[in-house]
Amino acid sequence: MATTPAGRTKNPRRAQLEAAALYPVDWLEERSGLVGGLKYFLFRKVPRDTSWAQTLGSATLTAFLVQAVTGVVLAFYYKPDPDKAYDSIVHITNDITLGWLVRGMHRWGASVFIILMFLHMARVFLFGAYKYPRELNWIIGVLLLALGMGEGFTGYLLPWDQTAYWATIVGININGTAPFLGPFIAQFLQGGASIGEDTLSKFYSLHMLVLPGAIGGLIGLHLYLVMRLGVTSPPWSPTAAGQDRVEAPASTNGREGLVRPSGRGGSNGE
Amino acid sequence: MSSHETKPPHVPPPSLWPLGFAIGIACILTGLVVSWPAVAVGTVLAVVFGFLWIRDVTTEVREPAPHVDPETRHVAETTGAAPPATAGLEAMPPSTEAERDAYPRSTFLSAATLGLGGVVGGLITIPVLGFAVLPSFTGQKEQQVELGPLDDFPEGEWVIASYFEDESIGEVSRRTVFVRNNGFLEQAPSYTILFSRCVHLGCPIQPNGIVYDDRKKTVGNKQQVELTPSLVTGFGCPCHGGQYDTEGNRTAGPPVRALDRAEFSIRDGKLWLGSFYSVGSVDSTGARARIKKYGRAVPGVHVDGPEAWLYPIEIPR
Repeated sequence: MATTPAGRTKNPRRAQLEAAALYPVDWLEERSGLVGGLKYFLFRKVPRDTSWAQTLGSATLTAFLVQAVTGVVLAFYYKPDPDKAYDSIVHITNDITLGWLVRGMHRWGASVFIILMFLHMARVFLFGAYKYPRELNWIIGVLLLALGMGEGFTGYLLPWDQTAYWATIVGININGTAPFLGPFIAQFLQGGASIGEDTLSKFYSLHMLVLPGAIGGLIGLHLYLVMRLGVTSPPWSPTAAGQDRVEAPASTNGREGLVRPSGRGGSNGE
Repeated sequence: MSSHETKPPHVPPPSLWPLGFAIGIACILTGLVVSWPAVAVGTVLAVVFGFLWIRDVTTEVREPAPHVDPETRHVAETTGAAPPATAGLEAMPPSTEAERDAYPRSTFLSAATLGLGGVVGGLITIPVLGFAVLPSFTGQKEQQVELGPLDDFPEGEWVIASYFEDESIGEVSRRTVFVRNNGFLEQAPSYTILFSRCVHLGCPIQPNGIVYDDRKKTVGNKQQVELTPSLVTGFGCPCHGGQYDTEGNRTAGPPVRALDRAEFSIRDGKLWLGSFYSVGSVDSTGARARIKKYGRAVPGVHVDGPEAWLYPIEIPR
């Protein structure tokens, strides 16, 4: 039920309208708690002097979402077959309405995604945000970086032109030089003793199903840990992350660790 | 309960066994047309479900089932009514020694859930993993390729021969070898056949010299062989600058061994390409070359020297 805040009287007509507009939200909240969950996730305490550098993670997430959306649409028109792949790329670029734009977004967005991952990583390193209790989130981030590079490697083959073909051969053979299992990894990647008809569809499947799925799942974990552990204060900050301006009375619900954990690290201005 | 006593007595539900029996019969009839194993499966189904059906139907004729008291649980002596659920663990009656030692039902259920889940997961995962990995390693065939009549390979000259490794997939499988007729050594013919993939990371090496494109010849066979005479003083790779001499030995750049070679055979006056092998290094030249020969390796991998210890497991062919 939508209620007007105490101490403010509202036009009853307006209150009625508001209640009607909010009814679906209340309906959903009552049955799922999703609205409260979303608010809990979005409206969080952050350090007072949070810097613009701390938006790089969201920027990376945005770049990934752009890749996901444009990739899904490109998959409508792309054909992962050695005889048709290059022609379908030419068709997307030259014939299909707005195809040049969406393919361009995907092609350049890929570089943006990789660059932003590195910038985000640099920010985390320079802010010391990888330290206790956030080591696990650094490890997940490194896995995300590796998977993102895997996306770049598998996606590079898909245009199926000379650059793609030979660059992928070089990439596969770099994998092949890994000690002990390298030759097996190379042969698995190319689906046989040499690049053949299955290599392209295998890379396509890895590129659009396996790797994005893994990245999506790890992003979920990554964000959960950000939510649980809070945003790090910048190194120059005089206050700890999430700390109130006036000392709040000690909570008795045993959940301080979930809301304001950063005071425990002892590394951020306490 | 009393209001329900006027209703007719509970009748056992109709048996489902006839359905299974019917499926079995249908399976037999289909199997008679399609395949014998289906008949066997159908027979088993029909016999099993027929037996169950008969047992169901004849229950009343046979002696009645013995009466078994429902299983009850020993209830510890308590005073008055049971405590409400909200009272928590403290309000539970103390368990006896025997109860504490017994294998609790919840433990059994979680073990059963995990165990069955593991079995189901394994039954799904193992074949899928096998299908994902094994096809890359099994059924790898190396084709014999007919490169063309011997007249097309004059003594002492290089010929660039390109061909389809697998004609069923076409241009993707086009490979190139450099062939040189070394003449005869003690009446045995000798050919040097170098594979065109750089042993640094697999880019296509190019001859340093002149390629006589105007003398290119297409041999009209299923492997679409193309022969281009060439004047070769060595080979170079465009990707990272690896350089080789005419025996395939590295002269500069990042490659870690000499170029891969192929064996050859001569049948009906034609040169055939044999299987490929990797080479550590080559001493001397031409027909008198002494080749350190190894099983075929991935580009970038050492085949001799201490670095080769990093690659102890050869991929089974």
